[in-house]
Amino acid sequence: MDGWWKKNPFYVEYMVHEGTALFVAAYAITLLVGLVRLGQGPEAWGGWLDAMKSPLSIIFHLALLVAIAYHALTWFKLFPLTMPPIVINGKKVEPNVVVGSGWTAAIVAALALLGLVWRIAA
Amino acid sequence: MSEEKIIEIEVLRYLPESDQAPHSEVYKVPFTDDMSVLQGAQYIKDNFDGSLTFRWSCRMAICGSCGMMINGIPKLSCETFIRDYYPNRISIEALANFPIEKDLVVDLSGFIEKLESIQPYIIPKEPRTLEQGEYIQSPEEFNQYIQFTSCINCTLCYAACPQVGLNPDFIGPGAMALLHRYNMDSRDGGQAQRMELVASEEGVYNCSAVGYCSEVCPKHVDPGNAVNINKINAAKDYFLRFLSPKGGAK
Repeated sequence: MDGWWKKNPFYVEYMVHEGTALFVAAYAITLLVGLVRLGQGPEAWGGWLDAMKSPLSIIFHLALLVAIAYHALTWFKLFPLTMPPIVINGKKVEPNVVVGSGWTAAIVAALALLGLVWRIAA
Repeated sequence: MSEEKIIEIEVLRYLPESDQAPHSEVYKVPFTDDMSVLQGAQYIKDNFDGSLTFRWSCRMAICGSCGMMINGIPKLSCETFIRDYYPNRISIEALANFPIEKDLVVDLSGFIEKLESIQPYIIPKEPRTLEQGEYIQSPEEFNQYIQFTSCINCTLCYAACPQVGLNPDFIGPGAMALLHRYNMDSRDGGQAQRMELVASEEGVYNCSAVGYCSEVCPKHVDPGNAVNINKINAAKDYFLRFLSPKGGAK
């Protein structure tokens, strides 16, 4: 079974999807470190903020953005597979409607959050 | 008449009497645009080597016998056309994740045992005598399981599932779809027995939601959905027993 996932593009997408979950974890850890630094006082918190502004950190966050966006898109693609069928007016909702609703909800939520942070920052 | 074209078909051969391991042989097969890959294999058997062994019956994607790996993808060879591959070479192999018996024929005994283990028949909820009449079912109740009755046991989903490859004991997508079909039937009362299998070591938690089983299914059964719905059902069973008066004891 060694290298089984290289034999088919479908498996490659699966592995990349699963792999990008590590980026989600990396971002969660980054935020948790920020929380710990906040608890240690203003100086520690300031240090963490400065670290976040470094060019290396910005490149890191751009990579995270790409990986997590891919993870989110492929995650919603799995919805029709993993969820019990949704029936509206006696008809099963089509898989592409389920996936499209997920993507729409994710984009709306992301924009709303961005708007909120923008206002707080301003 | 259009000009006759020739395609190369590479067949993974294995003759248990003489071969230590499977090996490839290439045949040059003349074909017309209406010829399936199955007909290509039949041409090889009739004209080049009568010992080539493969299963087939209906030639119309309903018997589920002629599944093989075609250029690495599990497909029914009767509904896969040579013209779609021309001028490239077609490679055909026995279905992945099964032991090869001979050439393109795989040993299905493990799959048959799995099918038996899920009790693929109605275990009546309420035994009725002839005088009491038939079991009544509404169209809504029928719609709960009809999709999962379409399985033709072609085992393409098993060849598509890397988890079956890693753990041959996994009940697998096809049998699990059939299990779900009976569990969802309003006339059936065998759910408690079947759920033990669903939640067992061989059960649904072997699945990591790759989803390729549903992709290759020629009958749109969506076996991956049956497996994943039963992860939820097994989890519900596990947690709800704490709320039941007997604590899940029988």
